[in-house]
Amino acid sequence: MAENLKGTVGPEQQFKNFLSEGKFMIQRCKSLNKFFFHPRVAFPGSGERDLEWVEASGNGEVYSSSCNRRLPEKGGDFNLSLITLEEGPRMMARVEGIDPDKVEIGQKVKARISSLNGEPAVIFDIV
Amino acid sequence: MDQNEINRLRGKTAVVGLAESGCGLASGWSAMEIMASAVHDALDDAGIKLKEVDGVFAATAFHSMAAMSLSEYLGVKPKFADGSQIGGSSFLSHILTAAMALDAGLINVAVVAYGSNQKSAGGFKTISEAMPYEAQYQPRMPVTAYALSAKRYMNEFGATREDLANVAVSARDWALLNPRAYTHQDGPLTVNDVLSARPIVDPLGKLDCCLVTDGGAAIVMTRSDRAKDTKNTPIYLLGAAMEHHHRMISEMPDLVQTSAIESGKRAFSMSGYKPNDMSTIQLYDAFTINTLLFLEDLGFCKKGEAKELVKNNNIGPVGNLKVNTNGGGLSCVHPGMYGLFVTLEALRQLRNASGDDVGQRLNGGWIDNAKLSVAHGNGGVLSSQVTNIWGVSDTL
Repeated sequence: MAENLKGTVGPEQQFKNFLSEGKFMIQRCKSLNKFFFHPRVAFPGSGERDLEWVEASGNGEVYSSSCNRRLPEKGGDFNLSLITLEEGPRMMARVEGIDPDKVEIGQKVKARISSLNGEPAVIFDIV
Repeated sequence: MDQNEINRLRGKTAVVGLAESGCGLASGWSAMEIMASAVHDALDDAGIKLKEVDGVFAATAFHSMAAMSLSEYLGVKPKFADGSQIGGSSFLSHILTAAMALDAGLINVAVVAYGSNQKSAGGFKTISEAMPYEAQYQPRMPVTAYALSAKRYMNEFGATREDLANVAVSARDWALLNPRAYTHQDGPLTVNDVLSARPIVDPLGKLDCCLVTDGGAAIVMTRSDRAKDTKNTPIYLLGAAMEHHHRMISEMPDLVQTSAIESGKRAFSMSGYKPNDMSTIQLYDAFTINTLLFLEDLGFCKKGEAKELVKNNNIGPVGNLKVNTNGGGLSCVHPGMYGLFVTLEALRQLRNASGDDVGQRLNGGWIDNAKLSVAHGNGGVLSSQVTNIWGVSDTL
């Protein structure tokens, strides 16, 4: 293993580990004071490596949304949205607690950690 | 390197042969057999022997090392090969790479090829890995990604599902004039047909989505000095450029602006022509939203105005813009990676107008006096954008 990768796990596994502990964490570049998602080893585009994990506020807004049609016996229709987080970055997630075709762009949402297929997952509810 | 040095590729290479193979349903044929058949047919069309091929370019959803597998199958020992995989636009980037390799003297004859038997082999085929940070939400890729873009587009510009449907209606009208089109016999579509089709991922229904077919294609490229001596009309590569800004839809910087803005600008600049100079416009229409986005991003209208441009069948046979004149991925053929078919149609229109026999069309299916075509490829989820500009000899 390369020297610089010793002693810890990569950002993807760290993100998942945080989720398992019930925390929705995102990365921030200290020198730029900018958040980004998805997790990486350096700030995308300019390569700064002075990164830290910060707990996300969980506040967000629907950037776009889709209703994925699925047979009832396979679980039925589900929502899949892109959420812009209050901190700036965007991520894919599901919005639940509302008909999957009723999620609209601009709606305010709040994150919670739930599970999908046995894995912890960030899910959003309409505020 | 300044633009003048990049532009040295303008007109230096040409396509001298083309073919498609197994389009529609090719039960009992493998993806490789379909692809190799297209290569042999394209070489026959060019009048060039297999032995002369020293550059091989290929990508499929069936082969992790397509250029190598194809070379072996053909019995060719290439001096340069490229199997770069950037989705459905791969072939339009292979054309740029082939032009560079030909111009540099690394090779003398290049084939660019593709093949798929996805329909007869069971349906949509991909070798894409699961996307981290997306896969657990189980998006129905690629449809979900395009639906997210369409929803945002409708919201930002007041577009409707009817506006999207106009794209599918015009594509079908072209297919009705093209005996090679998969839906040639299926009759016209109405806006209502598109709106009432089975929903797949809202706001996209089944008729907003491309066909799922088998099919292969190939082209033969050589340097322009040699191209003049081949048996058919050479079509010259006047401009080519690529760009991409994301791989996952959640990383797309702006869902209603693609990097075709950049690839188009540079390809047109290299060619010395403008969008309105194009006799035919061939766009990668995997979904109805694509055509609206690419008409805008390539400069045929301003952002948000394509919904007006496609009204009244203006991109159909009766319209002013000759867009996707084969019927497109929506109504002609779509074996999974459509890029080389965009290219084939751009080339065929120019060769037909030059007097070559490249097949029959019903009245209005061929564009009279076509001199210039833009072929635009899209790959991934509105990710990789590649623009090629093609012209006949008097556009050089």
